[in-house]
Amino acid sequence: MVLPQHRHHFETEEQQREAGSFGMWLFLLTEIMFFGGMFFAYLLYRNWYYPAFAAASNQLNVPMGAANTAILITSGFCMALGVWAAEVRRRKLLTVLLVLTTVFGCAFLGVKYFEYKEKYELHHIPGNNFSVAMFVNPQDYPQYPDTYAEKPLAPDMAQKTQIFFFLYFAMTGMHALHMIIGIVLLFWLTHRAWRGDFSSGYVAPIENFGLYWHFVDIVWLFLFPLLYLINRHPLH
Amino acid sequence: MSHEAIHSEEHDAPNVTNPEHAEHHIVTPLQYCFVFATLLFFTGVTVGAAYLDLHWANPVIALGIACFKACIVILFFMHAAYQSRLIKVTIGAGFFIFLVLITMTLTDYLSRAWGLW
Repeated sequence: MVLPQHRHHFETEEQQREAGSFGMWLFLLTEIMFFGGMFFAYLLYRNWYYPAFAAASNQLNVPMGAANTAILITSGFCMALGVWAAEVRRRKLLTVLLVLTTVFGCAFLGVKYFEYKEKYELHHIPGNNFSVAMFVNPQDYPQYPDTYAEKPLAPDMAQKTQIFFFLYFAMTGMHALHMIIGIVLLFWLTHRAWRGDFSSGYVAPIENFGLYWHFVDIVWLFLFPLLYLINRHPLH
Repeated sequence: MSHEAIHSEEHDAPNVTNPEHAEHHIVTPLQYCFVFATLLFFTGVTVGAAYLDLHWANPVIALGIACFKACIVILFFMHAAYQSRLIKVTIGAGFFIFLVLITMTLTDYLSRAWGLW
């Protein structure tokens, strides 16, 4: 049987499907290299300026980061179920799951907004208005228990917290940009799913978008421990 | 001669019968639920572990858990476990090259006496 989505240059529909997945994986591998550059910079600078990275990392909000991790995993779970719904050809269920994926994706960005806002208010955005006050005089900030417990940094080392925050914004910002692109694609896919494009055996766009969305999840699964967790100083 | 017949003459037999192309596995919602529960559980574990003072083991545990979570996302959410060998090898090769790049660059950076940074 020749289905409408089967292009003539593929021998079988299965071959077409595999070629599509293969292409998507190649794209995702280039994305790994792209994020990999930033992960490498983080690794190296953390070794060079460890005290600054530890102090700056302790200023990040772990409950917000952990909540965001759970939100993103839930979004990925809805997406995975969406692929299943497309495969068993359930149009309404697929549409609902894509909407839920979008909602959790937006919730993630919402939490991120409040985190960025806090950095803005504390002058922790690298540049002319950056302030090292919290890292030179942590004892003045009892309202931030994790920072308060830190040892004061020398002013030259405290300047290096800018590198941490630069990498923080570069990495989480690029991750957020990928999420925004994903959410735009989700609007388009939800519209097409509602129209019935993916409930007659043609699953490739949903499946390949799923790969992209899960990849974005995986980037966060590494960003969260690296930025928020591994430099905690719990017993000070 | 019909269009179908012309088409079939041009088929590449091994490609049509390739068992790797023939089967498409559908992961069940129950499997997805198990993966989801595992991911949430380990998110809790990694947050908890960050508040214990384990010295050098803190980053090792956090990154170990992150790698484990990434693996189950790739294998089940991304269906890598059910793909053809071509795709499995491609994914493996991609990560391998990534590790090679990081390791080789690190050996260079860490072996230079660039003084007191």
